[in-house]
Amino acid sequence: MTFEVLNMSLALPEMFMLAMACTILMVVAFLGKNSAKMAYILSQLTLAVTAILIYQSFGDSGVTFDGTYIKDAFSDVLKLAICIINIAVLLYSTSYLKDRDLFKGEYYVLAIFSTLGMMIMVSAAHFLTIYLGLELMSLCMYAMVAMHRDSMISTEAAMKYFILGALASGMLLYGMSIIYGVTGSLEIATIAETIQAGGLDNTVLSFGLVFLVIGIGFKLGAVPFHMWLPDVYHGAPTAVTLFIATAPKIAAFAMAIRLLVDGLGDVHQHWQGMLIMLSVLSMIVGNVIAIAQTNLKRMLAYSTISHIGFILLGILSGSQEGYAASMFYALVYSLMSLGAFGMIILMSRQGFEADNIDDYKGLSRRNPWFALMMLILMFSMAGIPPLVGFYAKLTVIKSIIDINLISVAIVAVLMSVIGAFYYLRMIKVMYFDKPIQQEELQAPTDMRVMMSVNGLTVLALGIFPGSLLAVCASVFS
Amino acid sequence: MEQIIFYCFAGLLLFAASMVITIRNPVRAALFLILAFFTSAGIWLLLEAEFLAMTLVLVYVGAVMVLFLFVVMMLDIDLAPLQEGFAKYLPLGILVAALITIEMIAVLGASHFGLELVSAPIPHPADYSNTKEIGLLLYTVYVYPFEIASVILTVAIVAAITLTLREKKSKSQNISEQVKVRREDRVRMVKMDAVKPERNEHQESKS
Repeated sequence: MTFEVLNMSLALPEMFMLAMACTILMVVAFLGKNSAKMAYILSQLTLAVTAILIYQSFGDSGVTFDGTYIKDAFSDVLKLAICIINIAVLLYSTSYLKDRDLFKGEYYVLAIFSTLGMMIMVSAAHFLTIYLGLELMSLCMYAMVAMHRDSMISTEAAMKYFILGALASGMLLYGMSIIYGVTGSLEIATIAETIQAGGLDNTVLSFGLVFLVIGIGFKLGAVPFHMWLPDVYHGAPTAVTLFIATAPKIAAFAMAIRLLVDGLGDVHQHWQGMLIMLSVLSMIVGNVIAIAQTNLKRMLAYSTISHIGFILLGILSGSQEGYAASMFYALVYSLMSLGAFGMIILMSRQGFEADNIDDYKGLSRRNPWFALMMLILMFSMAGIPPLVGFYAKLTVIKSIIDINLISVAIVAVLMSVIGAFYYLRMIKVMYFDKPIQQEELQAPTDMRVMMSVNGLTVLALGIFPGSLLAVCASVFS
Repeated sequence: MEQIIFYCFAGLLLFAASMVITIRNPVRAALFLILAFFTSAGIWLLLEAEFLAMTLVLVYVGAVMVLFLFVVMMLDIDLAPLQEGFAKYLPLGILVAALITIEMIAVLGASHFGLELVSAPIPHPADYSNTKEIGLLLYTVYVYPFEIASVILTVAIVAAITLTLREKKSKSQNISEQVKVRREDRVRMVKMDAVKPERNEHQESKS
């Protein structure tokens, strides 16, 4: 048996992050009670340096660790996005955690480990790596949801999340094992080659595929595997909701692309039908049920489900443009939900959660600037030009029309009109209702600046969407 | 011969697994789970995966399940509310399970995984070391997944401690402090004149 020295430099960002995660763990263990502040600074530093490392190695590509790790343009862009979004997430969550006695070093340790899991998923070239990355990411998130131990609703949410997550992982593993049985390999590139060579048992292959799609559906939160999502988003402390609603969606999108497109791209006709069902159901159920919600976190959870439906549209189109469109959508979606959940944190203060829609009544009179930011975010989620959410929806629907799935495209357009209702209601509440409460905002300056940056980015990307669209298109060409 | 052993193990495994989820007593369910692990270890032995079979027995039965039994016996779980919806969802559950089983038999049966499609592995000689092969692969080809798995275990510990450790809430003893204690710290001698307690109506009626 020969052993060649691995080209580990390709995985430098992951290795740096792992080393730093262990360092933060040690710092937290030895500093004791006052470690949270230090852990926070170190985590931000870790994310920033990792982002720089990723950015500097743009353009390098290759497979290492015996075909278990891949670095390509796709992984670079998504990993960079994950790091940047998590920097913003940690920035938003600090004051919320402080107010609720959750400001502990362990929170940051788990957040960094979870980010590492996402990066591993994005850079996976092997079924095993995908699964392990997914578990690393999810395990941290289960614990983060449960961190508010005195809250019954958090504990319940964590329990649901954990059990359904374990079920989904089981489904995914079963699908992987069946596909291994058919193709004789767990390496994504080899699987793709074997399928392309033909002569495989298609019945068994699509049987395994069903389980893979179910696993992906669970992790993304597509209907009918969405039941956990509203409860978890609602039950988790808002800072944790913010964490699990943003970057993990990018990672789950990457998982779907790696499994379905990179691995099983040649049996596209098999999974297209399944994804159409998931996507159409997600758009309908998400948008219609969101109308009935009075809690903003639940409303945003259902809106997530409908956005997932749109992201799936691009994947199911099976074209390069479609994949690029859904990647654009996934990135834009996490930017928008970052702002929306960040706004809940911004409006909350000690002993008060601004998670009811009524809490936003008359926000324009209390705080016109942040009401404007929320207006931008809501308009963008609804898909109204000139905001970035419009281009996301446009490109995704265009990719569907290009493959002549007109009926699906009509459903998508109808559903985004229905969806516009509850986003606009939010704006109506902010601008036309009388304020109930008069308390001043208590958010610290860094958070206010971050929120402004977030809202203005949504606006700027909406006016100049070209560069991000070009990046997404170049990844898949 | 091998087939008979396989079907014995497989039948037992199915029986044990269905008992785990249907039996009412959690301790018995855990014991049936141990039986399920044992029988699947037997099936792995038939596949010549001796090391994995032994690890399954040692780790899962020896360590995990014993801990599990401890927890089950220590927790006082009220089972009645847990089983409330059972009868209500049973028909639907059976329907779905039956459908999936039929599909799985159709797909995973001999027509797709028969010996003429997937040839039987060549039996290894007696001095072949399964353990060595796994070790070689684990630390070379699969070193990256192996490292990630170790990170996951670290996170499991961190998460478990984060969720269970409560600082300074529980009463704890500090032995050295207790030993160092002197009489003066605990007992205060008070000198006072003898007083005759005043008796009033209330006290008298009480006594």
